[in-house]
Amino acid sequence: MKPLHALERKLLLSLIRNGGGLLEDVASRANMSMDQARRAVEWLRSKEMIKIEEKVHHKIEILGEGKRAIEQGLPERRLIEILKKLGGEAKLDELSKAFNSTPQEFSAAFGYARSKGWISISSIEDKVIVKLLKSDQSPLEESLLKEISEKVLFFEELSEEDKKVVNRLMKRPDYLIKKPIKIVNISLTELGRKTAETIKEVKEIDYLTPDLIISGKWRQHRLRSLDVEAVAPTIYPGKKHPVQLFIDEVREAFISLGFEEILGPIIQPAFWNFDALFVPQDHPARDMQDTFYVSKVKEPSIASPSLIEKVSRTHTNGWNTGSKGWGYYWVLDEAKRLVLRTHTTAVTVKYLADHKVSEAKVFSVDKVFRNEKLDPKHLAELHQIEGIMVGKRVTLRDLMGILSEFYKILGLKKVKFWPTYFPYTEPSLQSIVHVEGFGWMELCGMGIFRPEVTLPLGVKNPVLAWGGGLERIIMARLQIDDIREIYENNLGWLRKVPLCL
Amino acid sequence: MPVITLYYDKLKSLIKGELSTKDLMDKIPYIGVTLEEATDDYVKIEYNPNRPDFSTIYGIARSLNGILGFERGAPNYVINEGGVEMIVDESTQHVRPFVVGLVARGITLNDELIQEIISMQEDLHEGIGRRRRKMSIGIHNFDVLKPPIKYTTVPPEFKFVPLGEKEEMSMKEILEKTDVGREYGHIVSSFANYPLIMDSLDQVLSFPPIINGELTRLTPETKNLLIEITATDLKADEDSLAIIAAALNDIGAKIESVKIRLGNSVKITPDMSLQQMEVDRKLANDLLGLKLNDEEIRESLERSRISVASKDGKLTALIPRYRVDLLHQVDLVEEIAYGYGFEKLTPTLPEFKKAGKYHDDLKLIGLARDAMIGLGCIEVMNYHLISEKALYEFTKRKPKTIVKVENPKSIEYEFLRDNIFPSLLIVLSKNLHEEYPQRIFEISKVYSKDLRTPNGIREDYHLATAVSHSTANYTEVKSILSSLLLQTFNLSINTIPTRHPSFTSGRVAEIVSAKNKLGIIGEIHPLVLENFKLRNPVSVFEVDLSKVIDIVKTES
Repeated sequence: MKPLHALERKLLLSLIRNGGGLLEDVASRANMSMDQARRAVEWLRSKEMIKIEEKVHHKIEILGEGKRAIEQGLPERRLIEILKKLGGEAKLDELSKAFNSTPQEFSAAFGYARSKGWISISSIEDKVIVKLLKSDQSPLEESLLKEISEKVLFFEELSEEDKKVVNRLMKRPDYLIKKPIKIVNISLTELGRKTAETIKEVKEIDYLTPDLIISGKWRQHRLRSLDVEAVAPTIYPGKKHPVQLFIDEVREAFISLGFEEILGPIIQPAFWNFDALFVPQDHPARDMQDTFYVSKVKEPSIASPSLIEKVSRTHTNGWNTGSKGWGYYWVLDEAKRLVLRTHTTAVTVKYLADHKVSEAKVFSVDKVFRNEKLDPKHLAELHQIEGIMVGKRVTLRDLMGILSEFYKILGLKKVKFWPTYFPYTEPSLQSIVHVEGFGWMELCGMGIFRPEVTLPLGVKNPVLAWGGGLERIIMARLQIDDIREIYENNLGWLRKVPLCL
Repeated sequence: MPVITLYYDKLKSLIKGELSTKDLMDKIPYIGVTLEEATDDYVKIEYNPNRPDFSTIYGIARSLNGILGFERGAPNYVINEGGVEMIVDESTQHVRPFVVGLVARGITLNDELIQEIISMQEDLHEGIGRRRRKMSIGIHNFDVLKPPIKYTTVPPEFKFVPLGEKEEMSMKEILEKTDVGREYGHIVSSFANYPLIMDSLDQVLSFPPIINGELTRLTPETKNLLIEITATDLKADEDSLAIIAAALNDIGAKIESVKIRLGNSVKITPDMSLQQMEVDRKLANDLLGLKLNDEEIRESLERSRISVASKDGKLTALIPRYRVDLLHQVDLVEEIAYGYGFEKLTPTLPEFKKAGKYHDDLKLIGLARDAMIGLGCIEVMNYHLISEKALYEFTKRKPKTIVKVENPKSIEYEFLRDNIFPSLLIVLSKNLHEEYPQRIFEISKVYSKDLRTPNGIREDYHLATAVSHSTANYTEVKSILSSLLLQTFNLSINTIPTRHPSFTSGRVAEIVSAKNKLGIIGEIHPLVLENFKLRNPVSVFEVDLSKVIDIVKTES
């Protein structure tokens, strides 16, 4: 059996102590609101602990003439009062005149008074004489009328005597009416009675208190059972943003592959974002249309004069990298313009220039900017995954191997590699991965840094590099169609989106 | 990236062997292009800007025939000596100094072919031509012209009938009134005289790089073409001509040279001779992780449509002139990989000897993030770029160390934020209908001017929190702040009364630890709440996490 609710216990106890009856009475005796009583009654009825009988009773109500009778007395009463004043005896026409009412009413009053034996009639000569026989008899009709006017009376609850009186009064026009009313009567069933008896003795409490625990008094009480199936209020925990969650997952993947994390500025001279990567100064990617330029605060110091010279000559004629170069006149001022980095590779090449490593494995997962108008497919601010591996004997096939392993850690098991082009890597590949529930998508681009990039920096060994956007994978994982939703910061979404996705 | 449409029927007619459409499509990514869209009749592919020779279906077919083994080595181009001369006037040398040309004879033009040629022209204008600034191409009906051709400059008042018009217009009018004039006019408008190409009868061929004359319009009846290419860069000029010559040759035209004369110097164009580059076998095998012998290297290069000569144990690549993208021996390494077949390259896994390592700063930032989550706050991520309105006007702050981008596409994203909390107020304003209490935080870089840094702009990590509900107050955020700094960084703080335009006075303080100013904490001023259309009280703190990290590092 399910535990009884507090309201149910309260009602059962009241019913066994105070008896059943109408809902209103039961509620007030149990000290409950009508609403509480109604709920408890409904629950207990479904448990068959109480029974509810519905019957029709007749409420007695007073009508117009009845009210007048209460104020002025019944018409026959008024008649004998007048007769008394006339000396206990009067001629019929005199009496009728003194009664001062309609002939119908007079004849009714005369009839009742006569049938009750209050008056007698005799004929003297041709005159009818009315004589008072007895008076001051307080009739049942009047006291009952008074009672009806003062409280609610149901016909069925009256004594047989009173019922007769009511029936008599009802014969008079416009005195009383019996209105049928549905009555709900509540009483305990046998099961209810037994249950009520068992709970009568138990002291149940709602909460355990420190006092009860310390004093040991909890032994004298029983903790009320709860509806453990009931819904509890929602709480929202503190939570990482889904993007940060994925950033951290990717960072962990790099760490597990033995890579070291690097960090660098977002605002970069074009030199590190483009020139050091052998991107020619008239390359479309450097257009104002594609790259955010930042107003200069001062003349930036970008790199050592010797490095600037090497990069400049590499662009112009290849310097001594073995390249033909781009064959144009390289302009220092263009390299000094400040950009919001379009890729984290700007940080990576700076790292290579600073450390001139012969072996290294470094990575970053960080913010990059593109001068895009925001739409369902484009953001101006994104996150980029980037990794490089430097070593004497590293190969393009190694790069494919690392990427496959990297994707495997992220749960992306199917990978294809297609050739492609980037200005700063050669050979270059595009990786295409299969994402569950989405299909094939282009992810990281990769390649081996061109000698035109690495030699001016002083790095002689091949540098394997790969990079790609983070948001695309998040969109596929969270089944988001509009990329802007990722950074809407809709609290409803942030609160509900599961951490495991 | 440029896109080209390939009709299967046409492509298969250009492939010199039997192959199903499906097999052909499977092979397409392995010439280094990306499938964009496929239908029953055609496929759209995106090609990389380093391969302008892919701007026609003929260039794509040339490459596929090699990869598929149907054709080997560099294609052979026969250039007949033609009689046409182009006389270059000295005055062009200050405006648009380079010009080359060719004559293509015996073409049967049709609408489809005209479309292909124009599409190639547009792609080359866009890419090598850098939107016509660096190079532009004029394609003319040769038969209506009377050579020799003159390349000269004329005053802007000079008049002719431009392509698509019925009446003569002055060049000045063309720049002002035509679409192309408005789009490309800036390339020449600063010069006193404009470049012009005419024939010996002074009939106008073109006003480079803007528009051709109506006279030489191509029609399906056109049989013979004259191509002229003007440029500000010699390489772009010659590269483009070679690509067009190769395409016209594959269309079936006979190519004749044009003699370019400038004063006493004469040049014959196009020059389609093969370029030589030594093959570094060791480099190829080292970079690709393969062990190819000379014969395999030769075969691979030949499949990439590059011929190979060997002499004294040295391999020399003979590269067709339309390949304008090979600058270094590593480019030949990639050509070897293409010819060998990228699909045959299997991944290998190098040894991982070292243990990985997180960046120290990001490790500490991660601890702060975890603490904020433990304190019941939800992380949000906002853009670093923000409007001036939200950053300063709504928060009643005065712009001080403002960092602005020069070329935003929207004023909503014009400034690099110097504080995070304005963004948090925006987030709250967008979540009025979500359940309260709302407790959010963000960790991000902020930007401010600082002449001591190499760029003049410093970047610091900040952590900001905003709490909003009907009884949100100073005490609640101070509890969060104190707990964060003490539990994460063992840092005790004082909050010293201060004034700040965004906060209610008397309910705002500076966060200080020892002598370090770490940030601001307080209750947001009701006027600021109104500006952001917020309905619940908001209390906020923002702390300079980079400074906190410095303190922690110095102490440890």
